[in-house]
Amino acid sequence: MSSVAVDVRRSRPNALSRAWAFVRRHVLTAYSILFFAYLMLPIAVVAVFSFNHPKGRFNFVWERFTIGNWTHWNAIPGIQSAVELSLEIALIASLLATGLGTLMALALVRYRFRGRGTTNFTVFLPLATPEIVLGASLLTLFLNRSVPLGFWTILIAHVMFCVSFAVVTVKARLVSFDRHLEEAAMDLGANEWTTFRKVTLPLIAPAILASLLLCFAISVDDFVVTYFVAGNQVTFPIFVWGAARVATPPQINVIGIAFFVIAVTAMLGNVALQSRRAKGA
Amino acid sequence: MGFFHRHRGATPYLLLAPGMLWLGIFFLIPLGFLVYQSLQSGNIDFGFHFTWAFGNYWSALKGYRGEFERSFIYAGLATVIALVVSYPVTYWIAFRGGRWKNLLLLFIVAPFFVTYLIRTLAWQTILADHGLVVRTLIYLHLVSSGGRILATGTAVVAGITYNFLPFMALPLYVSLEQIDPTLIEAAEDLYASKWRAFLKVTFPLSLPGVVAGTLLTFIPAAGDFINATLLGSPTTHMIGNVINSKFNDLIDYPAAAAMSFILMAIIVVMVLLYARAVGSENLTG
Repeated sequence: MSSVAVDVRRSRPNALSRAWAFVRRHVLTAYSILFFAYLMLPIAVVAVFSFNHPKGRFNFVWERFTIGNWTHWNAIPGIQSAVELSLEIALIASLLATGLGTLMALALVRYRFRGRGTTNFTVFLPLATPEIVLGASLLTLFLNRSVPLGFWTILIAHVMFCVSFAVVTVKARLVSFDRHLEEAAMDLGANEWTTFRKVTLPLIAPAILASLLLCFAISVDDFVVTYFVAGNQVTFPIFVWGAARVATPPQINVIGIAFFVIAVTAMLGNVALQSRRAKGA
Repeated sequence: MGFFHRHRGATPYLLLAPGMLWLGIFFLIPLGFLVYQSLQSGNIDFGFHFTWAFGNYWSALKGYRGEFERSFIYAGLATVIALVVSYPVTYWIAFRGGRWKNLLLLFIVAPFFVTYLIRTLAWQTILADHGLVVRTLIYLHLVSSGGRILATGTAVVAGITYNFLPFMALPLYVSLEQIDPTLIEAAEDLYASKWRAFLKVTFPLSLPGVVAGTLLTFIPAAGDFINATLLGSPTTHMIGNVINSKFNDLIDYPAAAAMSFILMAIIVVMVLLYARAVGSENLTG
């Protein structure tokens, strides 16, 4: 259409077109800032209300400032054991899932074998299944096989839905991996195991760390699947769910923000570590 | 490399075995049990027995048509809004982010680090009847005075959009980030306007991200019941609410299993149709 118009604009960059370009450039920036404000708004609300001293049982209206919720974070019966259970499950599940996922990622990236497509699909499928179906189907398995619900069923479920995330994370790193580095190590006389330990593992370590963090975060946060298979065990999200019906103590916000700060710090650390590595390389 | 070459035949299977066994036993087999459960009849007092009770499926579809429809309408709306809202921002990060890219990306996923239920409760506070948002909207006459947002479909869609937004933004960013900026420059050198270059070069190249993002947002959104519970009312309940209450409160396992299976089946069909429309290479890409 406007090859002429474009020509004119190019040959005569007048003040108007420059102003238009300026506006256009900054519209996107301004929009992005608004977008980030929108993303952060609920987090800010959670943080602010963690310092609230609510009148009734619900923490929805600002009353007055207090630090008490932070110093007495475990003053609500059951909250401390719920947090402990969530952390325990998340720790074991993220280690197990990342272990299983790393092995699978190695197989999927390094080898051409019969059934590779099916395997890729099976790994992808849990990510494309609504959580409620994951929870419901696991519950029917446990019910029909008379497996008692509790700690172990929660752990089984968490490893199950974390594995796919672990595979995807580690695979992404392995694909962009320069195999010449391994070949060089072998040429210099290192055996396979030494090569794996001294070259492969350090190179995929950031991905393994990222997978651990991701699985931990997903596990700590999970409510739907956990709710189906938890029996009478109470993880932190289940505690919040139970509380939300009758009362919302500000201690819930305290734990939520504490988790958030720790997770963001860990992610920032990983980002800083990786960019320092990139600079060194 | 020799380590990976010597036992070429068996090694990949050995590496895969533990993870695949886990997924097989605790993901694939349970789907079979879900179907098995959905064809049972009986009640909690006398136990459930397998009787090929296909009627469970008909009564689920007949009795909860509204909930099924709402699930897919809300999920569809939230997916489209999430796409439109997050595309410009991921574009901005990918092409203008410079050395701040990773940090900005961290901001995008930040909501994931606040427990899902807690951030939804925060929206309850934000959208509350006498809160700032509602008062502003009433002042602007966008909401009639005395009107509310909480307990409406709008609140549920808003909650779903917010909660699943990172699922949309991350794949979008990944596909935009991979685009070689020289391709866009080339289009502009060939006298395409900026907008035309975007439509003809940038957007088509970002399609894999659009497809992945839409699926990763739509699928969990269709099965969600948290937002409908905390931000909605019984008239905005989705099929997830029904499945949850039948499984966990009413102990009507066969009906709940049938509904879960129908939900899954509808999603699979929609994904296949979608894959057909956009080309399957975009799906696994």
